[in-house]
Parts: sequence; C-alpha cells; structure tokens
Amino acid sequence: MKHPLRVVVAKPGLDGHDRGAKIIARAFRDAGMEVIYTGIFQTAEMITRTVLEEDADVLGLSILSGAHLHFADEICRALREQAAKEVLIVMGGILPPPDIPKLKAFGVAEVFGPGTPTSKIVDYVRNWHAAR
Amino acid sequence: MTDVGTLLAGARQGRIAYIARLLSIIENEEPEAADIIRLTYAQTGRAIVVGFTGPPGSGKSTLVSAITALYRRTAARVAVVAVDPSSPYTGGAILGDRIRMRERYLDTGVFIRSMANRGTSGGLARATRRVVGILDALGFDVVLVETVGVGQQEIDVSRVVDTVCLLTIPGAGDDIQAIKAGIMEIADVLVVNKADRPGADETARDLIQMLTLGSPRLAWRTPVVKTSAEDGTGIEELIAAIDKHRAWAEESGEARRRNADAMRHDIQALLQERVLQDLATRVGKQKLDDVVLRVVDKTLDPYGAVDALLRD
Ligand SMILES: Nc1nc2c(ncn2[C@@H]2O[C@H](COP(=O)(O)OP(=O)(O)OP(=O)(O)O)[C@@H](O)[C@H]2O)c(=O)[nH]1
Ligand SMILES: [Mg+2]
Repeated sequence: MKHPLRVVVAKPGLDGHDRGAKIIARAFRDAGMEVIYTGIFQTAEMITRTVLEEDADVLGLSILSGAHLHFADEICRALREQAAKEVLIVMGGILPPPDIPKLKAFGVAEVFGPGTPTSKIVDYVRNWHAAR
Repeated sequence: MTDVGTLLAGARQGRIAYIARLLSIIENEEPEAADIIRLTYAQTGRAIVVGFTGPPGSGKSTLVSAITALYRRTAARVAVVAVDPSSPYTGGAILGDRIRMRERYLDTGVFIRSMANRGTSGGLARATRRVVGILDALGFDVVLVETVGVGQQEIDVSRVVDTVCLLTIPGAGDDIQAIKAGIMEIADVLVVNKADRPGADETARDLIQMLTLGSPRLAWRTPVVKTSAEDGTGIEELIAAIDKHRAWAEESGEARRRNADAMRHDIQALLQERVLQDLATRVGKQKLDDVVLRVVDKTLDPYGAVDALLRD
C-alpha cells in the first residue's frame, strides 16, 4: 500500500498573512496528502528542522516578503546537506520574474505566481511523485 | 535507499533525517519495519513516556510545548509525537500541532514528529506505539504523546504511555460529564488547563469531588493539577504529579501489568494479521473468485463459501 505524501507548508517571513498558505494546505489535504502546517514567522532553520523531523517528501513555501532569495538559498542548501532523501521544493507568492532562474538554481523545483489554481500545484506535485 | 543498519547507526548518533526516516518506515509498515523493531526492541523501556489527551482546543499542544521546556532542564533529549486525524474521505490530513510548539523548534535537544491517525480510532495512529518505542530505544529520555482531540474514546493511549494526563478547561461542564462517563478510568493525572481563566478552582473542586465519589480504580489516587500552558503556572506541579504516578506504578507492579496488557494487545494484533495473510495466500485469488461467483449465482451462501474455502 502506498502511503500518503507528506508535505510541509510554511510561510516564512515576518508578515502576518497566511491565507495563501492555508488555502494550499487544504488543497494538498483534499488531494489525500498529509500536510504539516507550521504557520507564520518561520525562520529558514525552523523550516529545515521541520522538513527533516517530519521526513517530508515535499516543502511548499508561501512567500510574500522580499526575503525569498535568502530563504530559498538557505533552505535548499541545508536540505541538500542534511536530508536523507530528495525533497521537492515548490514556492508560491509574488516573486519578481528575474529571480525565478536564481531560485531554480538554488534547488526550487517550481515557482507558482499569484492566482495559480491550487489544482495546478497539486497536479505538479502528483506528477513529480508519479515519475519517481 | 539507505539500509536499516546505516539508518540506525546514524540515528543513534542523533542524525535527525535518519531518525525521521526510521519513524516513517515504521509508520508506513514498510518491509524493513520488522527488522528495525528486532534491532531496537531490547533497548526500549528507559524513557519516561507521558500522554496528553483531552477535547479539541483544551491546550494539549501548548501544554506539551511548555512541559517540554521544563523537562529539558534535566533531560538531555525530549521527543514529542503529536497525532491528528486523517480525513476519512481523502486520507489526507492537516497536522497543525507544531504551530503551538514553535518555541521548541530550535532546541536541538527536542525532536517533534506529527502523525496522522490514518483511520485508526482511539486517539492514536496504529503505529504510534512502535514509533514511541523507536524514540525510546534511540535514547530520548522523555517521550511526550499528544492524542487526537476527541472527547470519549482515547482508551488506547494507556497502552502506549506510562502516565496519561487528561486535560479539561475551566467551566467545561460537558467535558466533566464525559469524564464521569468513563474517561476518568484512563486518567492517571487530571489537568485543569487554562487555569489563568476564571472558574478553574470550581472545576478542580468538581473533579476532586467526583473522584472521591467514584469507586477508586486502583490504589492510585488521581491528582488534579491546575495549569496554565500560556503563562507556565502549575507545570512544575504537573511534572511532580507525573513523577509520583510513575514511581507508584513501578512500585505497585501496575507498570508491569500495564505493559503486559499492551504487549498482549500488540502481539494479538500482529498474530491476527499474520494469520489472515497466511490464510489469504493459502486460499488464493482463484478459489476466492470461484466462490464469489457461486455466491452471486446463489448456488452457495456466504457461510457455505467460507466453509468451502477453509475445507481445502
Ligand atoms: N488562556 C489560555 N489559553 C491557552 C492555554 N493553553 C492553550 N491555550 C490556547 O488554547 C488554544 C488551543 O490550544 P492548543 O494547544 O492548540 O490545543 P489542543 O488541545 O492541542 O488542540 P487540538 O490539537 O486541536 O485538539 C490556543 O489558542 C492556545 O493559545 C492556557 O493555559 N491558557
Ligand atoms: Mg494540538
């Protein structure tokens, strides 16, 4: 029997809006995944620890603040060093298009802009899983 | 994939990702699970294992976070296992207990793991017992277990932990009814959390009165402790009550009896599974398909079908 995918949804940064993160968390749950929801005010280190302790398959970062490059870099690097398996990292939020290649170079698999239907994000994760 | 030996060696040295991987193998009942249990079982039984149960929102996660901080003053390593329900429709889950434990995230002596109950009733997941056992064997000094926030059927938690703390909150008349209705049987320590709110004294008094009225389950006299997980009041007292229960359980033989009960339950469940599997293999799909057809055609009834299958 295949076990449910484990997904950490985190909202790094100091701004207090986690509506987007909650919506995507629910979409993952409705798609049969186990979502570890960590709320806002997460540092890169806290997020990394959570992904490792929860043995997550997927990390969804919802970012509105400007610190996305720093966060992505630090988390991708730490997970590469410390994880016991491949973790899919996806990002959502308002991100300047020129930064997207940089994020992908750090190790972010895909970036979803504002207004992306949740079904598209869920499908992306499912396809990644199916292809493994 | 990393083999069990490597995972165990790394986990024993404290590598977080390896500890987590071992827990997943157990949780998913992957083929290597039995090996992991075999290699760790002898080292279990040293950790202090405490359960926290009670209605949704009573403050279990917040209290676990607060008590973890206190335990960490003396314990080198504390693990938390927090269980939340899976959706019966999709199998998905939102595991949100970590939100209340944020202050513990960066403490390297603390390991937090969320589990979905994956359809198991009784407040825990099927694998919670074994997950706790692995953490115990890996050298965590204290393992704290938070159950699903349900009212009535958390009976299974006492098969997993040494001491069960049952939470209620001030003025929760309905909770107290539920406690009367039977949960009290499983509480080793009663906690009135959110004692910073009005009505805590009355609630504690009601509980104490109820305890003196009820027929004592055992020689153990269930204490009532008032706590505020928010401001830290009463947490020391709660640890003292847990310690006292633990000492009593050891002394009186209750701990051993309880462990034997848990083991019996566990072995019976494994046995049942194994027998069913063996039986399914022996019967085979073909024979099963054949009798199903005959039952559908009404040339055989369902009881007759089972007789026929077991006969060959
Ligand atoms: N005033 C006060 N609020 C508290 C206390 N403990 C917890 N809370 C609040 O109660 C709410 C629920 O707390 P949780 O710790 O999530 O409760 P829980 O029992 O783990 O909830 P579930 O896991 O959903 O069943 C939160 O808003 C907490 O801040 C307390 O001692 N005093
Ligand atoms: Mg909780």
